[in-house]
Amino acid sequence: MSEVPSMDEAVSSGQGAPPLVIDIRGATKVFNPGKSNQVEALDEIDLSVGPGEFITLIGPSGCGKSTLLRLVASLIPPSTGTVQVNAKPAEQARLDRDYGMAFQTAGLFDWRTVTKNIELPLELMGWSRGARRRRAAEMLELVKLSEFANHHPSELSGGMQQRVAIARALSFSPSLLLMDEPFGALDEMTREHMQDELLRIWKETETTVVFVTHSIPEAVYLSTQVVVMSPRPGGIASVIDVDLGDRNASTRDDPAFFTKVTEVRTALRKVEE
Amino acid sequence: MPSTDTMADTDDPLVREHRIKQQAAQEQRRDAVVRVVRQTVTFVVFLGLLAGLYTGYKAFGQAIDDRQHDWAVVGSVLPRTDDLNMPPVSEIFGQFGETPGGQDQIYVKILFDEALFTLREAFAGFMVGLVIGMAIALALAQWRRLEQGLLPYVIASQTIPLIAIAPIIVIWGRKNFDVFPWEWQDWMSVSVIATYLTFFPVAVNGLRGLQSPRPENKELMESYAASWSQTLWRLRLPASLPYLFAALKIAATASIVGAVVGEISAGVEGGLGRRILREAFNYTTGPDRLFASVLGAAVLGIFVFLVVTAVERLVVGNQTQESTT
Amino acid sequence: MNTLKGFSAPIVTGVVLLGLWQGVLALLDPQGFVLPAPSEIVGALIDNWDEVFQGARITGFVVVSGLIAGIILGILAALLVTRFRTANETITPLAVAVNAVPIIALAPIFNNWFGLTSPRSNQAIVVALVFFPIFINTTRGLSQVDRSQIELMESYAASRSRITREVRIPNAMPFFFTALKLAASLAVIAAIVAEYFGGRQDALGPMITQSAGLTRYDEAWAAVLAGTLIGAVLYFAVLLLERVAMPWNSLIRAQSGDQ
Repeated sequence: MSEVPSMDEAVSSGQGAPPLVIDIRGATKVFNPGKSNQVEALDEIDLSVGPGEFITLIGPSGCGKSTLLRLVASLIPPSTGTVQVNAKPAEQARLDRDYGMAFQTAGLFDWRTVTKNIELPLELMGWSRGARRRRAAEMLELVKLSEFANHHPSELSGGMQQRVAIARALSFSPSLLLMDEPFGALDEMTREHMQDELLRIWKETETTVVFVTHSIPEAVYLSTQVVVMSPRPGGIASVIDVDLGDRNASTRDDPAFFTKVTEVRTALRKVEE
Repeated sequence: MPSTDTMADTDDPLVREHRIKQQAAQEQRRDAVVRVVRQTVTFVVFLGLLAGLYTGYKAFGQAIDDRQHDWAVVGSVLPRTDDLNMPPVSEIFGQFGETPGGQDQIYVKILFDEALFTLREAFAGFMVGLVIGMAIALALAQWRRLEQGLLPYVIASQTIPLIAIAPIIVIWGRKNFDVFPWEWQDWMSVSVIATYLTFFPVAVNGLRGLQSPRPENKELMESYAASWSQTLWRLRLPASLPYLFAALKIAATASIVGAVVGEISAGVEGGLGRRILREAFNYTTGPDRLFASVLGAAVLGIFVFLVVTAVERLVVGNQTQESTT
Repeated sequence: MNTLKGFSAPIVTGVVLLGLWQGVLALLDPQGFVLPAPSEIVGALIDNWDEVFQGARITGFVVVSGLIAGIILGILAALLVTRFRTANETITPLAVAVNAVPIIALAPIFNNWFGLTSPRSNQAIVVALVFFPIFINTTRGLSQVDRSQIELMESYAASRSRITREVRIPNAMPFFFTALKLAASLAVIAAIVAEYFGGRQDALGPMITQSAGLTRYDEAWAAVLAGTLIGAVLYFAVLLLERVAMPWNSLIRAQSGDQ
């Protein structure tokens, strides 16, 4: 994974400096300010995420989970406050291609083969053809889709498309992976399967992940930290640490797992009131 | 790398799901072949039916002697059925093999050469129209203000019957188009009309196509800090192709219409349009030749449509969207 | 307020375009130029008002009558074809191909059928030209229906005609209006070009070609302007009709326009 030279600067979040991957201070977001349809989406968000963490954002509809994710991605600017990624402004992190993104729909380009889809960010970053091919092959192996390299997305099932999207997001070894309900459209069995895949990849690549979800079990199963958000305006209600060790087939039946699920659920109930 | 077959007993549920999907796709491909065959057959049957209907109506009209009596429908609302108005199908088709007086080629060869001439006019106009249309679409997609301001005029431009002022364009071309490094020829003026008819569907559908990428795809490109041209070439243009081809089918047909009619009204010699006009003048001596030349124009129109459809299959493949203009 | 804002951009653009056109011609004053300044065209329109108005009336009648007949035939054919699945699957692609035929080339034949000086041959051209886009698009709209909506209606044991009325026709509306907008401007062009081959000699088509032949370009363009106005009036009539027939559609558009 790490033998790509051109990415080394981007990945180096921890050159002795305080190893925060994400550092948000007092960020607010107001849409259409001063107009009749003004919406206060986020209010006074403080959040810091260290390297290698798996953070889940969970909360009721309209709590600004996706907005917060887009703030980190610098797809939208904060109204006030600062968002820093790898100790620099989020905008700069975006320009440096510090993070990969995955969305609810896989969002693959229909006209590109699986390989070419994974190569897309590498193309944009000016990698040579050979390096792209090699990296795409590695990524395909990582998500176990090598035999589908030359298929078009429309020939793949939903879960497989999502795997390609993850491979695409990770292809340039970003230090940060941002995921917006990536498994929301999958059926339950596929979903659990994909969760295991994601955890395996996360461990292999040592990437930091921010993951938006609606599902409490999913949040608990995946994360090292669950961030519970409250609605209108969106804010962080509580941060729950999850320490369940290595996940495996029995984790989902583990009493400790259920305890955490209940804890998150209780926090969410409080938020709804 | 294991082949698809040796992986048959995989326990990955996603791969198993994919197998089922692949089988469905295979069946779909087989269906596509069946469809093409069936459509060809229906087309032939349709032509036969049309000929039968024509012949039947003619026979009916002759039987009730529509010239002698003032019938309410036959020979008044519907055309008269004598050989001058409705030459028999056999004679229309027979005309293709005959050599008209003063010519040394059979009629179908003459029509073919003239169709090529018209096709050249149409193609030149089509290509220029494609470039102009895409340029407009790009500009409108780039600046929303411009879209709001200009799009109504792009639409309004099509209500200007430029075909009807073809003679003006020819005169204009002779006088004013000497800025080009080549000598302006009359057929190029006809191409201008084809261009005018082509740019519009391309601009309107091109705009829709360029705007068609889903928000998450645009966000993805943004998250890569992709430049404007990178987003254009890798996302917007490929996404616009299905829309663009829907427009190109219309535009190809329109360019033929523009060329045929342009030739007629501009008095440009050598093409199918001029041929139709000449046969219309000589109608009383050879009505079957007029019908044959009109059929030639019909074949040319369908031909360019099929060519664009074939190119679409090659370029866009199976991901064609149904988009209407 | 919002509608006012929507109109302001086109108006500003229009004024700028007209000003540019007039200004460039005034500055360069090209000799023998075939595109007169807007002021000259409007002047010619006023000077020849009676003839142009008469021509517009004749051509307008051909356009509107042909348009209405083409729409009715197109819708009837679409309803008929969608009753039978196989008919739909075979005839619709056929119609798409036949639509590629340059129908205007039929004008000489129609002239012989319906009389050289009768507007009937012009109407026939308009009908044939309008028929195909209306038929093709309406058929698509009637058949490309969300499966689940049909299944919902079937679960209520709704009759076939009821399903057509409640689901298929509303679904076909946007398709129909898209085609109608196209057909409305096509109809004007078709009528004027058809008039060039035959029909009444005081219609807009002959007026354009005769004036152009006498190099009275301002008069030719005045007649073109009249044709353009007919097209524009029809286009806006269709827009209005669309609003009335599909109030839900403009609502959806307004909402999605917000984002």
